[in-house]
Amino acid sequence: MGKDTQLTDRVFKSVGTRPMRPDGIDKVTGRARYGADHNMSGQLHGSILRSPHAHASIKSIDTSKAEKLKGVKAIVTAKDFKTKGITDPDLLDIIDNCMASKKAFYDGHAVAAVAAVDAKTAKAALKLIKVEYKILKHVTDVDEAVQPKAPLLNNKCFTKGVDPTPDKASNIAKRSEFGHGDVAEGFEAADVVIERTFKTGQSHQGYIEPHACVASVGPDGTGELWVCTQGHFVFRQQCAKILGLDEAKLKVTSSEIGGGFGGKTHLWVEPVALALSRKANRPVKLVMSREEVFRASGPTSATSIDIKMGVTKDGVITAAEAELRYTSGPYAGSWATLGAMTSFACYDLKNVKTVGLEVLVNRPKTTAYRAPSAPMAAFAVESMIDELADRIGMKAIDMRIQNAAKEGTRSSYGPVYGPIGIGPTLDAAKKHPHMSAPLGPNQGRGMACGFWFNFGGQSCTDLNIGSDGTATITVGTIDVGGARASLALVVAEELGIPYDQVKAVIADTTALGYNEMTDGSRGTFASSMSAIQSCRMAIADMRQRAATLWEIDVDEVVWENGHAYAGESGLNDSNSNHPPLSIADLAKSADKTGGPIAGHAQIVADGAGVSFATHICDIEVDPETGQTRVVRYTVIQDAGKAVHPTYVEGQFQGGAAQGIGWALNEEYIYGEDGRLQNAGFLDYRIPVCSDLPMIDTQILEIPNPNHPYGIRGVGETSIVPPLAAIGNAVSNATQVRMTHVPMSPPRILAAIHAEAASDD
Amino acid sequence: MNKVFLWGGLRPAAGGAEFVEIEALTIRELLRKLAERHPKLETLIDSEIAVSINGTIYQDDWSKKIPKDAEIYLLPRIEGG
Repeated sequence: MGKDTQLTDRVFKSVGTRPMRPDGIDKVTGRARYGADHNMSGQLHGSILRSPHAHASIKSIDTSKAEKLKGVKAIVTAKDFKTKGITDPDLLDIIDNCMASKKAFYDGHAVAAVAAVDAKTAKAALKLIKVEYKILKHVTDVDEAVQPKAPLLNNKCFTKGVDPTPDKASNIAKRSEFGHGDVAEGFEAADVVIERTFKTGQSHQGYIEPHACVASVGPDGTGELWVCTQGHFVFRQQCAKILGLDEAKLKVTSSEIGGGFGGKTHLWVEPVALALSRKANRPVKLVMSREEVFRASGPTSATSIDIKMGVTKDGVITAAEAELRYTSGPYAGSWATLGAMTSFACYDLKNVKTVGLEVLVNRPKTTAYRAPSAPMAAFAVESMIDELADRIGMKAIDMRIQNAAKEGTRSSYGPVYGPIGIGPTLDAAKKHPHMSAPLGPNQGRGMACGFWFNFGGQSCTDLNIGSDGTATITVGTIDVGGARASLALVVAEELGIPYDQVKAVIADTTALGYNEMTDGSRGTFASSMSAIQSCRMAIADMRQRAATLWEIDVDEVVWENGHAYAGESGLNDSNSNHPPLSIADLAKSADKTGGPIAGHAQIVADGAGVSFATHICDIEVDPETGQTRVVRYTVIQDAGKAVHPTYVEGQFQGGAAQGIGWALNEEYIYGEDGRLQNAGFLDYRIPVCSDLPMIDTQILEIPNPNHPYGIRGVGETSIVPPLAAIGNAVSNATQVRMTHVPMSPPRILAAIHAEAASDD
Repeated sequence: MNKVFLWGGLRPAAGGAEFVEIEALTIRELLRKLAERHPKLETLIDSEIAVSINGTIYQDDWSKKIPKDAEIYLLPRIEGG
């Protein structure tokens, strides 16, 4: 039985329970079909030739020898992607990233692609393509890239957000600024002021399934794309524009997805597969290798953050200021903007200023990674909170509680907060047994808070009632983390039928109106809002049908517990002569009462509500080697209303696990030549089960007033605190402040030795 | 009349103003009047702006009604993972 919520004042029957996920058996038996599992008759094998250089002008590409190789059916280069008439700068960047035109901007940048009868032929053809490069100086480090004499990636990059616009090009694509009050005045009022620089390495989402698609475009301008994606409607829209196709004539079907976390919100190979198919007039399958995923899909930003914070001896933060420099790859992004917005969002600050700088570097194009940009900013801020608390002799959790944002606080990014959940997560953390558990030798405990916005966006759903009374809910927002189970629960709740009588289906792009991607923690929030509206439309229709059957006015029909009742009191009306009609009863007579029973909704699901989390972590550090072990980890987060608590807990645990990997191990390592040195899971090590303890979770339910059931998105916030929670734990274990993620054993050891040397 | 606050990145396109005063009943009316007053903002409004009304962020719904005396804050559009 689900819990009451103060918002809806209802007792949930289905929502809040933990049934088996409907897609579970398919996934564990191998029946589920992922990106590479689909095949089309006569399909060709697609392969991409990638730049071995970090930065180079492309002088010429000679494909003539490859074209003559037996079995080669098509070769495409940038010349096959027409950009005339495309004015959207983001789309132009996508095209250039999918296929380099004038310059190769990073090791792995695509320069040509082949479609051949088999993989062996395609590989041989790639070797026959001759690319003449002029190698240019490169820059991969964020702080080096902002120096005046740094190699310039784009000589037309004049920093946006600065007035007047600079007349000299630089690698700083955009500057953004947020804040309020007077930070100089705030620092004057502080008893303790600390300044530090924090750095974080570039990490990859590490989804297990590589990007994969099968594309087919005919000479009549119609096409199909089967693809592993977080948003097939977005892919359709963008691919149609890139290829010059009509959106309606391009059918995009999303496969099952083996992880995305933001990395599959972006096009990488799909336009290439479509272009090859159009040229060859045959379907083309294109699957990235793991090495290609690392070198040429979208990792998160590497960052460097200068931060200054001041506090009174009573624990009041008087001022906070940060400059956040985020790499965005070779193209402009908004990653530093998000870092600047989220950095101090957990706290009630009178004086705060953040500046974000988007920095172009010779690395792959940055893409979203679960609450994009927030974890790095939180690493800096939450580390400083711990250090400030230590300096004034206050418990870090008490200082967080004292300064936590609350309803009515002006957020550091601008607006005043409505009801928010940071305070309750901190209160829960303070009471949690983990906070008072004893620590062993060489162990340290850390905690950190995290913030993320969440959003909703366009959603479109259909509800169809079968002749037996079972229900199909069709959505266009793909299921990454259990959305089909959650949506089936919501529909069962709204219609008043059992969960196992609801089937949730992800439709292709021909079947529904536009749906946003599964990102921004929007999947369950937005699709459930639309599904509820679809259900309510169908219920209104079924009440009318019952009225027709009973020959009474529809106002005399009440809907309760999945049944139509005649009489004003519904279930409790003993005066009615009409036995209640179930959905199955009404479905049986549907042909006589108006035809199929259905509901539909198309909405913009705004009002997602911001999200907060607090994490607690115990780490053991071997002082001789710097090796770390996560001893215990607890996640406390607000879910608004947990539709399927097991999957909410799974999101909390997944985000924490990814954050732990990022904090301790994961990092893109570039050589002096600007080439990626660790493009594989052996050298880029993500945590496996044996690396981690069971991650404990505590779900708080502070209803979102903008959702009928009070639901908030839960998919992203859990990755925000781990970098800082682990940083604080390692710092407490070693008594050395950690300022550089990942905190790999050599880096921890170096920090210990440096501290010891400074003590001497 | 609503006070419409601009995040730092927008201010150069609005002559450096921290806020502008605009009377509007919907987000659509607000953005239209804003673009009329500050033409440099027009391209940003089309693709880069979200509107916070009393702390709730609206990315897309231009039909949203703006309550009297509501606090309005223009923000960058949020990207998610």
